[in-house]
Amino acid sequence: MLLIHCPYCDETLPEVEFTYAGQAHVVRAADPASQSDEEWENFLYIRSNPKGPHYERWRHLHGCGRFFNAVRDTISDRFLTTYKAGAPRPELSSLLGDRT
Amino acid sequence: MKSCRVPGRGRVDASRPVTFTFDGRRYGGVAGDTVASALLANGVHLMGRSFKYHRPRGPVSAGSEEPNALVGTRRGPGRFEPNTRATVQEIWDGLEVTSQNRFPSLSFDLGAVNDAGYMLFSAGFYYKTFMWPRGFWDKVYEPFIRRAAGLGASPTEEDPDSYASRNLHCDVLIVGAGPAGLAAARAAAVEGLRVVLVDENAEAGGTLLSEPHLQIDGRPVWDWLASELSVLKALGVRIMTRTTAIGYYHQNMVGLVEKLTDHLPALPADTPRERLWRVRAGWVVLAQGAIEKPLVFNGNDRPGVMLAGAAQTYLNRYGVRVGDRPVVLTSHDSAWFAAFDLQGAGARVQAIVDTRPSVREDLLHEARALGIPVKLGHTATASSGRLRVKSLRVNPVQGGRVGAPVTIACDAVLMSGGWTPSLHLFSHTQGKLAWDEEQTTFLPAETREDCVIAGAGRGLWGVQAALEDGAARGRGVAAALGKDSTARAPRVQGDRTGTGITQIELPTDLNAGRAKAFVDYQNDVTAKDLRLAVREGMHSIEHVKRYTTNGMATDQGKLSNINGLNIAADALGRPQPQVGLTTFRPPYTPTTFGALANYHRGDHFELTRKTPIDAWAEAQGAAFEPVGQWRRAWYFPRPGEDMEAAVRRECAAVRGSVGIFDASTLGKIEVVGPDAVTFMERMYTNPWAKLGVGRCRYGLLLGDDGFIRDDGVIGRLAPDRFHVTTTTGGAARVLNMMEDYLQTEWPDLNVWLTSTTEQWSTVALNGPNAAKLLAPLVEGVDLTEEAFPHMSCAECTVAGLPARLFRVSFTGEIGFEVNVPSPMAMQLWERLWQEGQRYGITAYGTETMHVLRAEKGYIIVGQDTDGTVTPYDAGMGWAVGKSKPDFVGKRGLARPDLVAKNRRHLVGLLTQDGSRLEEGAQIVFDPDQPIPMTMVGHVTSSYHSEAVGQPIALALVEGGQDRMGQTVHIPMPDRTIAATITGTVFVDPENTRLKI
Ligand SMILES: [Zn+2]
Repeated sequence: MLLIHCPYCDETLPEVEFTYAGQAHVVRAADPASQSDEEWENFLYIRSNPKGPHYERWRHLHGCGRFFNAVRDTISDRFLTTYKAGAPRPELSSLLGDRT
Repeated sequence: MKSCRVPGRGRVDASRPVTFTFDGRRYGGVAGDTVASALLANGVHLMGRSFKYHRPRGPVSAGSEEPNALVGTRRGPGRFEPNTRATVQEIWDGLEVTSQNRFPSLSFDLGAVNDAGYMLFSAGFYYKTFMWPRGFWDKVYEPFIRRAAGLGASPTEEDPDSYASRNLHCDVLIVGAGPAGLAAARAAAVEGLRVVLVDENAEAGGTLLSEPHLQIDGRPVWDWLASELSVLKALGVRIMTRTTAIGYYHQNMVGLVEKLTDHLPALPADTPRERLWRVRAGWVVLAQGAIEKPLVFNGNDRPGVMLAGAAQTYLNRYGVRVGDRPVVLTSHDSAWFAAFDLQGAGARVQAIVDTRPSVREDLLHEARALGIPVKLGHTATASSGRLRVKSLRVNPVQGGRVGAPVTIACDAVLMSGGWTPSLHLFSHTQGKLAWDEEQTTFLPAETREDCVIAGAGRGLWGVQAALEDGAARGRGVAAALGKDSTARAPRVQGDRTGTGITQIELPTDLNAGRAKAFVDYQNDVTAKDLRLAVREGMHSIEHVKRYTTNGMATDQGKLSNINGLNIAADALGRPQPQVGLTTFRPPYTPTTFGALANYHRGDHFELTRKTPIDAWAEAQGAAFEPVGQWRRAWYFPRPGEDMEAAVRRECAAVRGSVGIFDASTLGKIEVVGPDAVTFMERMYTNPWAKLGVGRCRYGLLLGDDGFIRDDGVIGRLAPDRFHVTTTTGGAARVLNMMEDYLQTEWPDLNVWLTSTTEQWSTVALNGPNAAKLLAPLVEGVDLTEEAFPHMSCAECTVAGLPARLFRVSFTGEIGFEVNVPSPMAMQLWERLWQEGQRYGITAYGTETMHVLRAEKGYIIVGQDTDGTVTPYDAGMGWAVGKSKPDFVGKRGLARPDLVAKNRRHLVGLLTQDGSRLEEGAQIVFDPDQPIPMTMVGHVTSSYHSEAVGQPIALALVEGGQDRMGQTVHIPMPDRTIAATITGTVFVDPENTRLKI
């Protein structure tokens, strides 16, 4: 069972306190009406499925209740980092640095 | 009965006899015995029948890796367990043991005809044998598979035992309390480190328990062991025996199962049978030792053929001589010591047969000194004996040629094909293994976990090496945890080290095609099966495994995987690493469902949510139905009434006078804050800005794809406060969705969301007399049409209780929903019940609620919608605030597929013959078209309607809103039903009945 760091509680806690909430950085356009059908389809349905680091959202459901972002390696399942919603997407090179 | 007990040998307590039964016959053992050691002490090797061929089998090992000696164990009524390993189960007075896979008896088994039909069950038989002829399936194959499938028999009674679970946090977890684990524990047990040492056996010591000749630090090994264990305890090490590490999960989470009572003659009160431990460790030391490999030769499965190391354990730990005239057959030095030990315990070893042309001089010397004949460079080509091995046929091998056979009479064959490091838990971590050509085995390479391997698990051989490696690993782990450890391994005298070679199936002069040389005992897989699989195109070990079932039995191939790999690699002519190794998965050994479920069974399996009215409903004799996790009153039958009669009466009472309904399960969310109205405008389809305080509105929630997600009535209690209701099952989902949008899309909005589902209980009154009943009890609101019209809400006092009063209707009658704080709900209910008697007030359940709402065409989200229904499809375009710039789902509603013609629309259906449709039934336009027909929709709701005088139904039908009055057809197994498409409102379309 994974250990997950909640960036709001600033605590590392067991996976059972959290729920997965899909791919991260999928932004709902400020003016959806301006979106083409294809753009809206992309927003609704098209997701990456990488082998390796994946930007994704989690929610500390049985804790503070906050949604936050994470980078998780889909091969090892390991969290490379977690960060608050709205914070910029971390560079992968800085996260993978110590693994090479 | 013959006794094979050797006086003065072993760790069992000969002064404490124990009696148990095996297949109804009484046997005597002694305290400390396992079922296997006690039966062997009585000269019994035959303990089971194999799975596929029903061949007679005896124990091949002395531990948890045992594939053959699986038995049923019983402790009185209700306590039966199949597939217990006889080599692990400790005996106690009164234990009942039964053999498995035999009919009518263990020694005479009719299923053994499968053995003669060997060709029928060779590799891939699951895929080949049962394919044809078609007609054979029902009569021949399926009954056969059903009879043969599975091991043992499932228990039929509910398990009366209890099971527990606990969490444990430690700095160092050491798995395996053999020499490596003990030394690691000693080294890691420095000030401030919490160290846990676990072992699946009844006592700690591992291989030390089987090697009493050793001296450690100048003391007899068992004395040293006893004092070392007390030292460890004194140092604060937690030692847990009968505790198996079943799985190694992410980030050093290790699952343990501790067996607490299976070895006890009397069950202690208030003690669980097993306890599941979830351990989170800073570092894990895996010191699980190595497992001995069988040799693969024709007849290597007869009772009496067992691993040499197991025979040594039975002798040295249990004081049991497994044979008087054993033959040792080996390709490794270790079995020579087994021969010496048995010879020293009064056996006459008939021969040591070694496949190697030469061995160490000191071994030869000792064999000579003990008078044991030695045959080097030999193979074994057959054995004889039906229920117990009687002889072994051996031949010299020279230059690859198998010479003339010699038959050696014997009563046991003790074999060793070398040793395989036990890396199952390491494998659970996705740890990488590296092929070691010299040892012909996989060794641990790297893992992402904070985990080290110690001792034989790394391919090290001998007690001294294990102690030293354990101590080094323990010091390393302590250092990694910031502690300095100076512990050094003790000195061992009499250590027996050795080497060996790896064999594939042994060479033979007989027809290899007829050889029964078993690789996987439990699944009856032979070397020939593996080679056949390769010939038939299985080139990866994963395919070979599935095709032959090698390694797929309950022992997960602990004995068979490496032999299977070596043989497959040989057949393919490729090195082993290129053929691959199958992945071990948890659990390490078979684990009870009880341990995994532990507290979560019966009432604790899933919680049942009950409203404050639940006890009243139960006292009234209500029938209940589960809705989500809630238990809801379904209908309230009077004596003699069935469901249909009760629902008909309840419906008539609501439409005729007044009904009372517990709506407390409705989801409730308080939306509060300066931006609450903006938030509501964006979340729900409807406009909210102009909704006055004290008014409520039916709200529709979509996903951004444009499909209906939830609905409910929403009241505005203040400019900045909304009381949102959701469907019973949707409450958590809706709140999650609201939080998601609020936190991540619109973090600028100043809004708080609070679940109030359980704080407010809701009592609904519906019927023409609802207002008359309620009005005298309400303070602060005048329940007239003018002062409190339909879709009003107010905070007021009802029956003296603080309340939120909604005038809403889910029935088409005058309706009120009274929300009071949950602790007061029963008080409100009783008062309304009492005051309502003059109107013949009737309690109704969810079924009546469903009928009444269907008569009005009100949808149930999730029943009349299925995640592909838009508000327009559902005929609720009126609920969409088209002029709003945006709301969740607005852009989605404009997608090409959602504005396409011929979408499925929600409509009413009335059958032309007055019969009631089945919910879920498919609908077609042309009943005469060929099968498969084009299905154009399905029935979503269907009830008998007393108010309409015939059954009514709601359905999703392609283009339904443009097909009013047309006929559709519902094909059923026995006939096709014609129905007319109607509107969805069957009762009072003008809503005249809502007026007070
Ligand atoms: Zn948190």
